Amino acid sequence: MLGKTVASIGTIAGLLLSNSVLAQTELTVYTAVEAEDLKRYAETFNQDHPDIKVNWVRDSTGIVTAKLLAEKDNPQADVIWGLAATSLLLLKSEDMLEAYSPKGVELLDSKFVDNDDPPAWVGMDAWVAAVCYNTVEAEKAGLTPPASWKDLTDAQYKGHVIMPNPNSSGTGFLDVSSWLQMFGEEGGWEYMDALHNNIARYTHSGSKPCKLAAAGEIPIGISFAFRGAKSKAAGAPLEIIVPEEGVGWDMEATAIVAGTANLEAAQTLVDWSVTKTANEMYNTGYAVVAMPGVAKPVEHFPENLLEKMIDNDFEFAANNRKRILAEWQNRYDGKSEAK
Amino acid sequence: MSATRQKPLQARLGRDDLIMRGYMLMLALYLVITLALPLYTMLSKSFSTYQFDLSQFQIQVSDEQGNWNSDPKSAAEINAALGENGIQNFATSNDGRLAPTKLFPEFSFRSPVNYRIKGNDSSAVWLVGSKRHNSTDWLELDSNTFRRVSLRPVKSTGLANYATYFSTPALSRSIRNSLFISIISTLITVTLAFAFAYALNRSQMRFKGFFRLVAMAPILVPSLLPGIALVYLFGNQGMLKAFMMGESIYGPIGIVIGSVFFTFPHAVMIITTALAISDARLYEAAHSMRAGRWKIFRTVTLPGARYGLISAAFVVFNLVITDFGLPKVIGGQYNMLAVDIYKQVIGQQNFEMGAVVSVVLLIPALLAFVVDRYVQRRQVAMLSSRSVPWQPPRRRGFDALCLGYCLLITIFIVGLLGVCQYAALVKFWPYDLSFSLKNYAFDLMDGGGWNSYYNSVQLALYTALIGTAIIFSGAYIVEKTSGFHKGRSLFQLLALLPMAIPGMVLGLAYIFFFNNPNNPLNFLYGTMGILVICTVTHFYTVSHLTALTALKQIDPEFESVAASLKKPFYKLFARVTVPICLPAGLDISIYLFVNAMTTVSALVFLYSPDTTLASVAVLNMDDAGDIAPAAAMGMMIFYTNAGARIIHLLLSKGILKRTQAWRAGHAAMSS
Repeated sequence: MLGKTVASIGTIAGLLLSNSVLAQTELTVYTAVEAEDLKRYAETFNQDHPDIKVNWVRDSTGIVTAKLLAEKDNPQADVIWGLAATSLLLLKSEDMLEAYSPKGVELLDSKFVDNDDPPAWVGMDAWVAAVCYNTVEAEKAGLTPPASWKDLTDAQYKGHVIMPNPNSSGTGFLDVSSWLQMFGEEGGWEYMDALHNNIARYTHSGSKPCKLAAAGEIPIGISFAFRGAKSKAAGAPLEIIVPEEGVGWDMEATAIVAGTANLEAAQTLVDWSVTKTANEMYNTGYAVVAMPGVAKPVEHFPENLLEKMIDNDFEFAANNRKRILAEWQNRYDGKSEAK
Repeated sequence: MSATRQKPLQARLGRDDLIMRGYMLMLALYLVITLALPLYTMLSKSFSTYQFDLSQFQIQVSDEQGNWNSDPKSAAEINAALGENGIQNFATSNDGRLAPTKLFPEFSFRSPVNYRIKGNDSSAVWLVGSKRHNSTDWLELDSNTFRRVSLRPVKSTGLANYATYFSTPALSRSIRNSLFISIISTLITVTLAFAFAYALNRSQMRFKGFFRLVAMAPILVPSLLPGIALVYLFGNQGMLKAFMMGESIYGPIGIVIGSVFFTFPHAVMIITTALAISDARLYEAAHSMRAGRWKIFRTVTLPGARYGLISAAFVVFNLVITDFGLPKVIGGQYNMLAVDIYKQVIGQQNFEMGAVVSVVLLIPALLAFVVDRYVQRRQVAMLSSRSVPWQPPRRRGFDALCLGYCLLITIFIVGLLGVCQYAALVKFWPYDLSFSLKNYAFDLMDGGGWNSYYNSVQLALYTALIGTAIIFSGAYIVEKTSGFHKGRSLFQLLALLPMAIPGMVLGLAYIFFFNNPNNPLNFLYGTMGILVICTVTHFYTVSHLTALTALKQIDPEFESVAASLKKPFYKLFARVTVPICLPAGLDISIYLFVNAMTTVSALVFLYSPDTTLASVAVLNMDDAGDIAPAAAMGMMIFYTNAGARIIHLLLSKGILKRTQAWRAGHAAMSS
């Protein structure tokens, strides 16, 4: 009885305390991070900053970007935490981001920081293109494993390769933009012309090619490395191939939305988002993070991947996106003669 | 008679009439807000264009020593001087960027030449890299930086989006594809459904009740589920892949087979009704004239069912051309209009082009709707009160043939559902065929997890409850209000319109309308409320017609009696009309429930992270490559809907016993 009373007094005191002392600031944070990770992100952040409450608004990259653009004149978000850098560049070009140099930003790999000073956004982690190769089905079909992007245009792979449609998938777009950067504008389109002959079909999402490869539906799926590692861990007979020419990548990044009423809290959050703790947190979902030396190896993740990441020109990707996608659509989309 | 009755009644019922008209006005307003205004917003969006306006920008070029000797020129002048080599096409989207280096054919980023750029006013926007500028002061840049400049478009109105659409083969080819698939699917479905309905109506085969049940099963699942089953059957790792003879199931073949599956019940229902009303006297006459069986079929059966057939054809056509889930799952590279809307909006955030495709899709859907309405009206007129229902004779050979055919259809329907259930239970197709429940761990997948299932059930219940109340009372008001002809026919039109609006179009229209921060109803966006409103509106028409039919059966004398007893209409409504119409009310609620569980098209644009839905989760899980969990969720929808149907059946029976006993008495009395 006494114990109960004491406990309830404690609870009441606790309630009072949390109400009076910790007058909370609430931040509306837009994100495309996987739903299963969000709770963990907020909890880890609140261990250091219990006075700031994070209200997530989550959807896929395209939809969050569209939502932010639609709210251009009446922004609802305070912070964007975990959205593709190419999307943030779009927002930057609409003057929607509040430039801010978070404390400790100099510790990050400069690839991960916007090149303006102060930067409009800072990167968190990267997802990297790779090829998922089903060894069982490939053997049945008598294929030899490809070592490079160019190999994939070989006639033996006809109808055995699947990739995401860049018009609907960010992963698909980073592939296309990386080929255009690596092989040059003309060489890139020539390469895709040749590759198109081998493509079974283009999927809407970026993870599906790898899952289809894992299920043996199509033996070779152009997707991203982390997806491949996950499927392999789930028992799929996959080999994750990093093409030798180099691989495209995009990153998740953080930015403050211009016009926020909670600038101070937003800066606190962004400061925290570049700390070592935060980078360690990103590492559980991503193999490559912004702070060098933090990432622990992920099981089944290809070892040489970091060296193979191209020096991605995000500005090129963002400013030429519309033109590239239109050209891609005219060349390859809606070909009803699917092989 | 009615004229003499109406006038004095109207005088006495002034207050009732006012209430009823007020209520009708309210409902009409509801339909205007949830249907007409969003569609209007969408239409205007399709005319909202983005154009590069070169005359906004001034550019000046220095000589190689950096002196500004030449005059500044507007970018439009520079472009005009280039003649044919200049930029010709200024139409773009909100994401458009134009590199001004295109205006200088001799441009080199290594050149020592410098460039200056400014806008005429602050509406001229350009980027250096990703940094936005809109200054009217000169900005000086060296060649290497000028290369990173992009001009941004301005908003205007016009037909440019339509011009772009029809001049982009990748987009406009979808019109042909959609028409082709819809026509082929319609022909196959209507033929198969006619044979099936014929067997049910014109034979004495056994198990008719069972076959009726099976034929209705596809209504209980989302249209994309047969697509998933086909992947498991005929995909590259499919169980029956050999049947495809090298053809790919991803494309027209898959879309047509899946379309036949999900439209079959609709066609069977309509054709069965048409066959059931045939007049035995015609058959007797034909027999006595010694007409052969084939001749009777051609001269009596087919003409008798022709309106049913035409109506079924248009309904199926409409369902196929507006369906989005199935071609998304199994369409491969074969583009169709409804999928294009999704790709434009979700993939490219090109809302204007999405609106254009919506308008294009609206045209065949509206046409099919108008023809169907016209034909349905004719069909009602065919039923005369002297018709005698025809009783088919027992013919052993023919009955066996019918039984065999219906069994084949049963195998097709049950088979596809069975394959989905099997796929959902297999651990890792095709490498580990042991059974497990791991595909039901929805919380580990994209699509919102188990929450989406609970949300869907919630949505379906709300839609059934609120929808039935709104739609039934609306039908009552239209049917029982006296006078006020213009208002009634306007309301009737509004109530019929939703059937002609494809779900994708409705969903997109809702984004444009409700997501506008200036709209006072903006608060609804992203809530369960907007999903309920959208679903009620989407499925308004059929429910409205069901309610009307039920109400028409009630003798108008009730109203007159109530009026003479000075009872207000709402008492009559609550004590007489509603109890009599309870079976119809239940039919409406189950219809709304089932459709709310299975619909994808409109809601795919409207759900929020808190209101993910089961049917959309099926789509998203398939999209992410989690095909087995998608099948598992699809089957969860099936079982839920089947359960709801059983409850509906039991409820109907109970209620029929309690409230409809008068019908039996009535029948006994009149016979």
